[in-house]
Order: sequence, then C-alpha cells, then structure tokens
Amino acid sequence: MADKTIDARGSFCPGPMMELIRAIKAANVGESVAVLSTDSGSKRDIPLWAQKAGQEFLGVTAKDGYDEIVVKKIK
Amino acid sequence: MSQKERMSMVVFSGTLDKLMPVGIMASGAVAMAQEVEVFLTFWGLMAFKKGAAQNLPICKEFEHMGPTMMQIMQEKKVPNFIDTLRTAKELGDVKVYACGMTMDLFGLKLEDLEDVVDDVAGVGEFIEHAKEGKITMFI
Repeated sequence: MADKTIDARGSFCPGPMMELIRAIKAANVGESVAVLSTDSGSKRDIPLWAQKAGQEFLGVTAKDGYDEIVVKKIK
Repeated sequence: MSQKERMSMVVFSGTLDKLMPVGIMASGAVAMAQEVEVFLTFWGLMAFKKGAAQNLPICKEFEHMGPTMMQIMQEKKVPNFIDTLRTAKELGDVKVYACGMTMDLFGLKLEDLEDVVDDVAGVGEFIEHAKEGKITMFI
C-alpha cells in the first residue's frame, strides 16, 4: 500500500507522469506514491523516469480499466 | 556548459495541432532529465500572444477534422499547450524565448506575450545554446 495515491485517471500523456513527479518531489524520502492512470504511455514512461531520476520503481498493477503505478522516493 | 543534456525546439507553426506537441515534448524531455530550450518564431510566436491560444486554427491539411478534434479535446478536458508547457517549466529546466526579429516585425513587447515566455532572444543566441544539445526539433 502506497503512502499516497494520486488519481490521474482521465488525464492524458504526459499528465499522470507529471503529477507523479510533482508528488515525488513533495514526498519525504522513504515514502511511496501510487498514480492511477488510464493513459497507456504511463506504465512505460514512469519506470524510465524513475531510472533516470534515481527513484525506485515498485511496479505496475493492471486494475479494472486503469493501471496503478507505484514509485518510492529513495533520495 | 551544464552537465545536463539539452533538447531544443524551434516553434515556427501557429496551428493548434502543431502546438500541442510543444508542451508534450517539453514535458517528456523534462521527465527524462533534459534541459529544454524553446525558440518561438513567426506564427509560433503569434500563438503565444496573450489570449491567442484560445482561438487558433488547425493546419490546412487536416482542417476538415478541426471541429471533431476540438470537440474531443473539450470533452476529454485535454489541457491547452500553454498549460502543458507551464507544468513542464514547474518541474524542470525549460526556457522559452521569443524571436527578437518577429517581435520587431510585429511590434511586440515581452508583456504582450503569455507569462510562460521567459525572454526575447536573437537567433545567434539560440543556435549557440542549441549546438550543445543532442535533440533539435523544428515544429
């Protein structure tokens, strides 16, 4: 269970990723943030962003009509 | 020169369909840790006059699809390109420059433009910055 969940369903590329980046910036180190997304690019883009930004990608779960993508702030 | 990689964009077109990717590409670049430099010129710059974004045409080639596109974008609440660019600026290093020559030609001042525009620059300055980049786009 993530510490914080952002509901970005209905938002288009790159909306969910941008909202996640904003939330990760605001989070404390050690906290995890989940983003709910209906945008098909998010589950590919967010792991790449996490790698680039040095944050920990915790995974994607396919839900009913959307994805839950979780990232942990590690620095 | 900074350590970050850079993406540069020359935005010449002033139609809505071609301006949408400006904000989206800038956002993607910021997410992938790139600095972004946008150079607005001619019709691209005119689209950044205060309030101009509300009333832009679609390019001639796809004009017939304009009303459908506008309807879908409104229904699905797609943010306009200025807001998308503003988000990219909040989260990363994005500089938006207005072409000095276009400003002079049309008698524009920086205060006539949307607040996402940082400054007026000459083409030489843009090229000097762009040459450090790996990605350059002409839109």
